[in-house]
Amino acid sequence: MGAIDLNDMNQTYFDVLSEIGNIGSGNATTALAQLLNRKIDMSVPRVALLGFDHFTELIGSEEDLMLGILFGIEGDIDGMMMFLLRPESAHVLVNALMGTDNHGQEFTEMELSAVNEVGNIISGAYLNSLATLTNMTIVPTPPSCTLDMAGAILSVPAIEFGKIGDKMLMIETQMGQGEAINGYFLLIPNLESYDKILSALHVI
Amino acid sequence: MADLKICKAPDSLTTLGLGSCVGVALYDSSTKVCGLVHVMLPYSTQIRNNSNIAKFADTGIVECLRLMVAAGANRNRITAKIAGGATMFTLSSNNDTMRVGERNAAACKEVLKKENIRLLAEDTGLNYGRTVVLDGNTGNYLIKAVGKPDKVI
Repeated sequence: MGAIDLNDMNQTYFDVLSEIGNIGSGNATTALAQLLNRKIDMSVPRVALLGFDHFTELIGSEEDLMLGILFGIEGDIDGMMMFLLRPESAHVLVNALMGTDNHGQEFTEMELSAVNEVGNIISGAYLNSLATLTNMTIVPTPPSCTLDMAGAILSVPAIEFGKIGDKMLMIETQMGQGEAINGYFLLIPNLESYDKILSALHVI
Repeated sequence: MADLKICKAPDSLTTLGLGSCVGVALYDSSTKVCGLVHVMLPYSTQIRNNSNIAKFADTGIVECLRLMVAAGANRNRITAKIAGGATMFTLSSNNDTMRVGERNAAACKEVLKKENIRLLAEDTGLNYGRTVVLDGNTGNYLIKAVGKPDKVI
């Protein structure tokens, strides 16, 4: 059994995990800002410990249409990372990159491929900073992306946590709130990986 | 998610944004008692921490049947329809994780068979999320998905 018990999390864990989110998503946001050559703000990360009936509240309602890009995390830790964008935001992103002017809820193969590539760059930036900080090997798998209801997208990491309990722990950062490009980074290590991260940082 | 509810006509039951989870709709047309289980994982026996009975196909379906009978349903007349169990993402690694939708749907069917509940229809698998509504008056199971016409099974 790991050192972390989801029913007994102390404030230090939350603070440290929040700082990890801060560093990781700071790097990811910077990478995206450089790619697009525009300024993008990000919020203070939230370390969310939520029951399965509440976890979509982070993003909105279960039926909100979102573009989700999922990465597996491999190396010294396991888990998932997710980058979520509303369709409007994804179009702004793709249009800026490809010089196109598409809107609406449809995406072409080419556009989805571009979104995946952006996902690659920013998840790489996020996980690299985490790897440097913890001195561990942390690499993302190739991405998989889908346009669907937020509830359906988030069920994938939720099920992983369902295997060990009735709560889900993730590090969430919102970027570009109120701007044309806004989205969410979710870092969702599995439970043993939280232990590894915290012990690498000498917190436990 | 990982929940179950029962009701009687004219009420309906719904669950939003099913991904790899499976929505098991149970219905007794004579008394119009309905039940809906939001199954998250296949079998409680495969998991150590399995106190939440609504989370698993085996315990969730059995508990829902029990509640329905307690609410007046005729056990022999209860029929089932299932939806969900999609594979939302395809990653090269973590095959087991990614195939949980399929395994959920298969487990639901096995459990229904074991409980002698007839499966009338299903809309499972593929790669998209579903919102489902079980109509207490008719037993119709409405399935809504992004960019697809509504479907009734």
